[in-house]
Amino acid sequence: MAGNTPKGQTPSQTVGPYFAYGLTPEQYNYPLASIAHGHTVDDETEGERIRIVGRVFDGADKPIGDAMIEIWQADAQGRYAHPADPNRPNAAFTGFARTGTGTDPQNRFVFDTIKPGGRDGQAPHVNVIVMMRGLLTHAYTRIYFADEEAANAADPVLAGVPADRRDTLLAKREETSYGTVYRFDIRMQGDSETVFFAV
Amino acid sequence: MNTTPRDWESHPPFIHPDYKSTVLRGPTKPLVPLPEGLSERTGPVFGHDAVGPLDADLTRNSAKNGEPLGERIIVTGRVTDEAGRPVPDTLVEVWQANAAGRYVHATDQHDAPLDPNFLGAGRCATDAKGVYSFKTVKPGAYPWPNHPNAWRPNHIHLSLFGPTIATRLVTQMYFPGDPLLPLDPIFLGTPEKARDRLVAQFSLDVTQPDYALGYIFDIVLRGSNATPMEN
Repeated sequence: MAGNTPKGQTPSQTVGPYFAYGLTPEQYNYPLASIAHGHTVDDETEGERIRIVGRVFDGADKPIGDAMIEIWQADAQGRYAHPADPNRPNAAFTGFARTGTGTDPQNRFVFDTIKPGGRDGQAPHVNVIVMMRGLLTHAYTRIYFADEEAANAADPVLAGVPADRRDTLLAKREETSYGTVYRFDIRMQGDSETVFFAV
Repeated sequence: MNTTPRDWESHPPFIHPDYKSTVLRGPTKPLVPLPEGLSERTGPVFGHDAVGPLDADLTRNSAKNGEPLGERIIVTGRVTDEAGRPVPDTLVEVWQANAAGRYVHATDQHDAPLDPNFLGAGRCATDAKGVYSFKTVKPGAYPWPNHPNAWRPNHIHLSLFGPTIATRLVTQMYFPGDPLLPLDPIFLGTPEKARDRLVAQFSLDVTQPDYALGYIFDIVLRGSNATPMEN
């Protein structure tokens, strides 16, 4: 028997306000195992430990407390944990993390990860997928590292970004009592709207 | 191999003013083109390994002292790419309201009962032919504050990865004949020609006698040009 027999891409729909117990249950203390957490690393992972911290702001400059952020990145040697990459990452590195902005008092997202290596002429970067209530289709962006000036200057993706908007993709490095923290805020709208890519 | 582009004649726009939350949250500047590289040709690998024994049966995975209330249903379908090829061993995460239209989520304050035997979340993975299946109860409609007397139609949220980050999809499955569909700004935010792809079909073949009604919801992800291109 025929199903809904789609003739093209299934349309995206918003993740809505109630994704947490399905997609990030452990973070929000719901009784279901999570497939992913706010970290890509364990004790065995090689590479420079970093923490990426930021908030998501709406067009009224208010931090958003019901966004979900996913990251996907290479390991410290620029290798992806995926069959399409002939190089293999070091053990126990999945390259993927997911977190909601609803459990931090300031609505921050926090990722504990490693600084990725560059690859194929691209500067080190973290791929980001943004979802939230009010976003009918997810948005893609990238986190680059402000202290990688030479690599960023040679990056072909950044080269395609209007010069006056590149700053929105640069995470700023801070040394804190925790260790190395990169600050990266996401602005959905406004003069300094984050660059979102046509992935 | 290049992923087929996101088809904006199939997907809702970022700003759809009838759905009020989009107005301050949807990006307003044009998307910046990005030449596809290894970052977009790869993505998280989640398949059967991520599925626990009861994860695909929402009628049992949170049962405390009995079965959840509501109409038992089976939802199944094929996940394919745009060329019709199956997407095997990919994770499908699902979440939904209970039969009374209430989410377990702490911020859902709708005055409808929670069900101690129903969480409303689970997951399954596609088989070698791209087929997935899960059991649950039919979710109820519920009010939301978008406009006066606004009610969301019955729906189940689905989240899929596919082979790469470019094939990522989060969507909602609706039920045939729901009178709330023509009133729902989220459903109506979808381009008209693509809306029926969001509505499952009732299937007597999938229906299990004396047990549960069956629905088919096929899903098409981006990807895989018929002729692979090498860079």
